[in-house]
Amino acid sequence: MAPRIGVVLFPGTNCEHDAVHAVERLGGDAELVWHGATSLGAYDGLILPGGFAHGDYLRPGAIARFSPVMEAVAGYAAAGGPVVGICNGFQVLTEAGLLPGALQKNRGLRFLCTTVTIRVESGRTSLTDGVEVGTELSIPINHFEGNYTCDADTLAELRGEDRVVLRYVDNPNGSVDDIAGVCNAGRNVVGLMPHPERAVDALLGSLDGTVLLGALLRSAGATTPAT
Amino acid sequence: MRTTLQMQLPMPLVEPHRRVIACDSLGPDAGQRSRPVTVQAPGDESGPYTIRAMDPTGHAQADLVTETGVPLHRALGLTDDERDEVVGILGRSPNHLELALFAVMWSEHCSYKSSRVHLKRLPTEAPHVLVGPGENAGVIDAGDGIAVAIRIESHNHPSAIEPYQGAATGVGGILRDIFTMGARPIAVMDPLFFGDPTEARQQWLIEGVVAGISGYGNSVGVPTIGGELTFDPCYAQNPLVNVLCMGVLPTERLVLGQASGPGNLAVLLGSATGRDGIGGVSVLASAGFGGGDEAEEAAKRPSVQVGDPYEEKRLIEACLELLDAKLVVGIQDLGGAGLVCATSETAARGGVGMDVDVSAVPRREPGMADYEVMTSESQERMLAIVTPADLPRVQELCAKWEVRAAVVGRVTEAPDGAPGRLRILDGFDGPVLGDVPAVALSEDAPLYHRPLARPADQDARLADDPGALPAPRDCGQDLLAMLADPTWVYRQYDHQLFLNTVEGPGGDSAVLRLAAPGLPESERGLALTTDSNPTWCALDPRAGTAATVAEAALNLACSGATPKAVVNCLNFGNPEHPEVMWQLSEAIDGMSEACLALGLPVIGGNVSLYNESFGRDIDPTPVIGGLGVIDHLAARPPGVTLVEGGTLVLLDGSGTSTSGGTRPSLAGSRWAVQLRNHRNGTLPPLDLVGHGRLVDLVAALVAEGVAGGDTLVDGIHDVSGGGIGVALAELAVRSDIGVQVAGVADHHELFTEAPSRVVVCTTRSAELLERAADAGVGFRVLGTAGGRRIVIDALVDLDLDEVAAGWRTRLPDLLDGLAPAAN
Repeated sequence: MAPRIGVVLFPGTNCEHDAVHAVERLGGDAELVWHGATSLGAYDGLILPGGFAHGDYLRPGAIARFSPVMEAVAGYAAAGGPVVGICNGFQVLTEAGLLPGALQKNRGLRFLCTTVTIRVESGRTSLTDGVEVGTELSIPINHFEGNYTCDADTLAELRGEDRVVLRYVDNPNGSVDDIAGVCNAGRNVVGLMPHPERAVDALLGSLDGTVLLGALLRSAGATTPAT
Repeated sequence: MRTTLQMQLPMPLVEPHRRVIACDSLGPDAGQRSRPVTVQAPGDESGPYTIRAMDPTGHAQADLVTETGVPLHRALGLTDDERDEVVGILGRSPNHLELALFAVMWSEHCSYKSSRVHLKRLPTEAPHVLVGPGENAGVIDAGDGIAVAIRIESHNHPSAIEPYQGAATGVGGILRDIFTMGARPIAVMDPLFFGDPTEARQQWLIEGVVAGISGYGNSVGVPTIGGELTFDPCYAQNPLVNVLCMGVLPTERLVLGQASGPGNLAVLLGSATGRDGIGGVSVLASAGFGGGDEAEEAAKRPSVQVGDPYEEKRLIEACLELLDAKLVVGIQDLGGAGLVCATSETAARGGVGMDVDVSAVPRREPGMADYEVMTSESQERMLAIVTPADLPRVQELCAKWEVRAAVVGRVTEAPDGAPGRLRILDGFDGPVLGDVPAVALSEDAPLYHRPLARPADQDARLADDPGALPAPRDCGQDLLAMLADPTWVYRQYDHQLFLNTVEGPGGDSAVLRLAAPGLPESERGLALTTDSNPTWCALDPRAGTAATVAEAALNLACSGATPKAVVNCLNFGNPEHPEVMWQLSEAIDGMSEACLALGLPVIGGNVSLYNESFGRDIDPTPVIGGLGVIDHLAARPPGVTLVEGGTLVLLDGSGTSTSGGTRPSLAGSRWAVQLRNHRNGTLPPLDLVGHGRLVDLVAALVAEGVAGGDTLVDGIHDVSGGGIGVALAELAVRSDIGVQVAGVADHHELFTEAPSRVVVCTTRSAELLERAADAGVGFRVLGTAGGRRIVIDALVDLDLDEVAAGWRTRLPDLLDGLAPAAN
């Protein structure tokens, strides 16, 4: 059976249809989950897509972490369910404490929409399971606050535990240690600033996003946590 | 002995409405008083104002004057004749609220009173046109049960004094025009015009405008897929910020902004109404700038609206859900002239009247006067007409999206044989504050046949040809000076959202898949471009505008699209200058000629006048938005690129190309204007018939590859600003492949911007030339692609990396040192 992915929709999210489209294109089923939901359906995985949840007011993710759905998301993550936060979704996951660190404004203080090369640094997460370490992927970025930062201890921990999932080959935004994506200690929650859902169609310029989202669907197919 | 009666007004008055004083507040017997009345508002230090003679009816406004002696209607922007016309329509003198309604609705910005007589000459019909000009957006049938809505607007004056918010609200406003039609906005384009980018003030404007478009557009979630960036000193005090938006919808969901069904309710959706943007259309958009005076600009700043993209995003989703659920009878955005415009236009279009309860309008601040509530241009608001039975579901759906919904009006029956009335009430059963025929506001605005005059120096300018200028010592250095990569601008815009962007900003035209949630499946694609040529239009507005339309069509063809329709944004100077009206009239004739010849209907437009400062008008700047349809989009179009070893072929549709003999004109070229500051001469001719042949050929050649088949075209670029020289250099830097070209005689031929030409890179040149010959299109082999140098025999020999570095760093070098604009 095709893995069933819940795509969490906050008011102000804008990449939800793109995430649904990408999942479906890769053979999964996808369903939108309203931010007001207090429980989740039987999903094999969750995506927190990009956009500007609650207008990014105060700071990206700062209000979204209080949306009712986030408790259910935390429970789902604690049960080992695959959770991927893309761009704004990554910001929400850090604000919610499901991932370490924070995303600050880009070096240069400008919004950046461009395609970058990222390198897979760990093949043992829900987004990179089975992907060879060192694989380089051409994936779009689209953010103002994508400059990943964390304290030195956290950075050492991330490195020591193989939790830096993706790095920029040519750092576009000033992220510490060129970090483009990280995972939690359980390796089931992954956040990344690049948009793999924007790279699933050769007509649009790149198919490299299918490497990551394909891995997510494999991870999702392999685990169905209790909800 | 004359005595003065002192009266206190209940609230402070705010510039520029300090002079709008409630006559009614003076009491019912005001008309009988023969002595002057002085009114003073609390906290208003510039008063008191003296009302001199009163009309016997007690409602006359011409009699209400400020201390400086300005009659109220003039202070609001109406002429004496217009005031008389209002009196004729009403059969009595208007009260202050009614006068304020007429002032905003009859402003140049809302009524097109100077341009309408000319706009009628544009061709607007074609079988695929579903909605032409006059509605919120033009709509065409794209096939497969999908319609495409498109509109372009200016937000020039707001951006001149508050660049971030001016540009941001320009984006917000145009999006509402599109989803008003039932369409989901899927793309925005922004043609921008500034003064010399090396000047600090221009850098501040550029930075702010780009940040505003980025900040609003990215957050609201509509990709910005292209535009233009033009620098010329004529825009130094009056930059132009135009915004084009395109949306898509299932054809059967098409809705028009009209009210119907007496008893139905008008529900105001979205933001609360505040004092921002009061008089924007009349104070800002329909008058020129005195010339950068800081105090004057500061005084106008409150007339600029403030945008909230998050509110707009929720409003879009809520409105599209309301339309999907068939819960609205009609819907209209609130833009220029706010609530008065939305209520009077929907009523007039539906042939009905409307009662508006001004007290029911949610407000951002206390103490707002009725005329402020009715004319405020607060952003992110829509007016939906719904049946009473559907109201609970409408409110429920809006609550889900956290969108405010307030019943502010009721549709009323038009009296027998008479137009419907727009009545402004204080409570539906309360006193009537104003009562006017709805149609009078929206459709009875005066029409002006303003005087036209060909500029006295026109012949002298045409005769002063730049061909006589000395040849450049080094064509290569001149070529370098004309190259600038616009990436600095568009990498700040999300241009990829919705997974439709096949070709983003920077090419000849942008290409999108024809897809969106809720649309039927389609193999088709859309191509979109905006084009302008103000230096040409300054020399010859008719020929310049025709050439702009021609360029738009060719840009669409370069992506394999068949051009289907155009919209226009006519940015001109002060219409009270006869030369400006001549430019406008000529431009419209030129557009009309080109559109007729190329079979393109004009399905919408916007006119922005009074673009002047220090009494100097901008160059006439008609911007053309072109929309094309690709029948089968299966592969990426080749775009502006080269392949190693490819043959470079110039396709030339102009009738005169093969005859030779005449020297190619440099008039209006970047080389003459930007590098030599020579702005005169006679433009190169445009052969619209030959141009049509070229457009057809190019569209067919590129479409073959885009459909997934074999292609003769490996790279393509139209020849426009900077001539063949710039076209070749751009092809080279964008592909990182050099060129070897021979047979370009001199700088005239290198830099002329004669229309109807494209450079094609092909690996199958014999077949390409044969196709061109069959199509009756001229051609010439220029050379080959390859190597690491840009060589144009005897004229240019440059290192490709050096050219690429100069091209890439020009804008960042100018603009990256700046402190980014705050929002």
